This record gives sequence, C-alpha cells and structure tokens, in this order.
Amino acid sequence: MSGRPITEDDLHGLVDLALDAARQAEVEAWLAAHPAEAARVEAYRRQRAALREALAPVASEPVPPELNLARLLERRWPARPLPWRAAAAAVLLLGLGGAGGWWLRDAARPETRGLAALAQQAADSYAVYAPDRQRPVELRAASQAELVSWMSDRLGRRITVPDLSAAGYRLMGGRLVPTPQGPAALFMYDDDRGSRLVLLARTMPAQDDTPMSGRSRGGMESFTWAAGGAGYSLVGAIAPTALHPLADEVRRQMAGRSLREPV
Amino acid sequence: MTDMARLIEPLIPSLRRYARALLRDRSAADDLVQDGLERAVSRWHQRRQDGDARSWLFAIVHNLAANRLRQAARRGPHLPLEAAGEAAPGLAPAQEAGLRHRDLLRALAGLPEEQRSVLLLVSVEDLSYAEAARVLGVPIGTVMSRLARGRERLRLAMDGAAGAAHLRRIK
Repeated sequence: MSGRPITEDDLHGLVDLALDAARQAEVEAWLAAHPAEAARVEAYRRQRAALREALAPVASEPVPPELNLARLLERRWPARPLPWRAAAAAVLLLGLGGAGGWWLRDAARPETRGLAALAQQAADSYAVYAPDRQRPVELRAASQAELVSWMSDRLGRRITVPDLSAAGYRLMGGRLVPTPQGPAALFMYDDDRGSRLVLLARTMPAQDDTPMSGRSRGGMESFTWAAGGAGYSLVGAIAPTALHPLADEVRRQMAGRSLREPV
Repeated sequence: MTDMARLIEPLIPSLRRYARALLRDRSAADDLVQDGLERAVSRWHQRRQDGDARSWLFAIVHNLAANRLRQAARRGPHLPLEAAGEAAPGLAPAQEAGLRHRDLLRALAGLPEEQRSVLLLVSVEDLSYAEAARVLGVPIGTVMSRLARGRERLRLAMDGAAGAAHLRRIK
C-alpha cells in the first residue's frame, strides 16, 4: 500500500482505466469499504459505457464523400476565383489598355516614394503570399534564429521579430521581398481561425518618424508608420478596429529597437 | 502527403462522432469536420512535429465547434439544434435502447460545453487526460475537475429523468 489518500481523480482514473495496477488495487480496496462512493463509481462506469454505445453508430457510418481526404487534397490548389469587382476592373483595364489607356497611367502607376510606397508593397505582398497554402513563407518560425540572422544580414540592420502571440497571432515565418528601395523583411502571422497578417519592414533612412496611417484596398486593411529610420506596414483582411491595436503592439515592441542600429 | 493521409484518414470517423455529439446536427457537424480537415491539410507543415496528430486534429475540430456553439448561444435559444438532434439518423434509433440513448444525449446536451467536451474526449474518444488537456488548451487539473463535475451532473440528470419516468408510469 502506498498510503497515499484516495482522491476524486483516482475514482475517475479507475473508471477510465487510467490507473496502474497497484493504484487500481488500492482504489478498489478503498471502495470496498465505502459503498456510497462505490455506487457512484459504478454509475460513472455505466454512464461511460452508455455514452460509447449511444455514439458508436456515428463512427461506423460510411464517411460521406465531402469528407473524403483524397478529394479534399485534390481541391486544395484550385485558382481562387477573383472577387467580381477585381475581375471587372481587370477586364476594364484590359479593354482600355490598347486604346486610350495612357490617360489612366497615373491611376495605375505604383506609388514610388515614402510610406505610401511601403504600404503598397505590403499590400501587394499580402495579396501574393497570404493566400498561399503551400509555401506562404520562405523560412518557418521554427528556424527563427536563422530567419533573424538571414534578414539582419540582407537588410544590413539588426532585425527583431515582433511577438503577437498575446493577441492570438503566431509567427508562421518570413521571407525577403524585393522593392525598388532594396530588400524588405516580411513576417507572416496567423491565428487559430487561419486569419493571416503580414508585416513588411524595411529601412527608410530619409524618412522622419511618422504617425500611423490606415489604408484600405480590396478587402485588405493596413496600418503604416515610420520610426527610427525604418518603415513598417501591417496588413490583414480583418476590421481596421481589430488591426489597429495589433499595429500599435508591433510599434510598441519595435520602439527602441531601431533598424538603424548596425548588426 | 501520403504520410499526412495515413495519419489523418483513420481519425475521420472519430472526428465526425465528436463534432456530431457536440453540435447534435448531422450536416452542421460534417461541415465542421470538413472545415477542420481543410485546415489540417493546409497547415500540416505548421504542426509541431513532436505533437501527435490526433490531439492536433481534435483541437482544430474542437475550436471550430466551440466557436460555432458560442455563435449559436449568442443568437439565443437554439430550437433547430434540439430538433435536429432528434432527427439525426444514427443518434437515435427508435428502440428502447434508442430511447434511453436519446435521453442520455439530451441530458449531455444540458451540460455546459466545457464539461461536455471533456466527457466526450475522455469517455468516448479515449483520449488520455494529458491529450484532452492539449486539445482544450487547459491544465490537466482543469480537465479532471471538469470531468468530475460533468459526470456527476450527468448522473444526477439521468437519475432525475429516471425518477420522472417512473412517476409517469405509476400515475
């Protein structure tokens, strides 16, 4: 006998066959002397058996076709249908492109400077990488040290990765993104519902610290700011009211960790 | 990919059973499992290599189900779920055992979601206490106390139902 007192957990362990043989013998001996508890344990055993019996038929039903794993895998990489507005815009631009499209050139020309350019690059990166089910990031979060040293090396600045886990967003990993201003670091996050965020950061030596500004484009929201010689843009397909606090958190964590700081 | 199929496929019947027991609606449960499988397939490379596939998949399905139940609760009394539970084929064959099972599942549905999940994962799906804790993202101690409360509450509910049935018979 171990002399350990019998606990409620032991009684459930007995019901669920989770005790080792020695403990099981002790609990059974104790129950022999406590008929009321023994009756309760017996009721739990019957309850367990009845639940299993009641639900067993569901598990022995044939699996319906929509849950056929091979089919799910086949369906995994279909071209995502364009939202109709984007599709209509594409058709319009193609139609206009040949003839009088030149006067649209300003509208279609990408922003080339400042935070507007960074916000646009971040939104473009989100549109390309966030829907990617196969390889959304180049280097996964599991290799975070490698990720940090690689990006620090390529950007020529020490890089820190913001931690958004308190808000339910896990780091998936990152990649380098080319921009006309040089390489930018992209970090991707997701939450339990699969909602993804992209943070794009690059050095902007000529840029003064600039407060956060929000933008919307085609279902994407972004917040963009500059601090300490670097620009940051956080993009997600979530409400601006949900994204803004996350951007604040990134800014808070990056404050004092200037990208200007050499490696 | 074959590795993934080999690990996921055998779990599908259990995942369906767990989802159906929680939602009590056949098509809603299957939709949910489908959603869960799609997530699992697309995030397969992100799962922790040391974690087991079963807890990971149950956690995905559990989180989807819990969200759905919370949404349903916000929308107020959910008669459709109750009705669907009775109509759901496979849950309630019309025999005496079937009636008993129906009473039991109805009493189970009366438990708070957190107790119901633990009861199902441990009693029906044979997850260890540690696995159930991983699925639910809570400490083992919490699993144990929910299990104890859930079992006792279900026992009292069934005793009450049996008592009521007895009264009806002698009246």
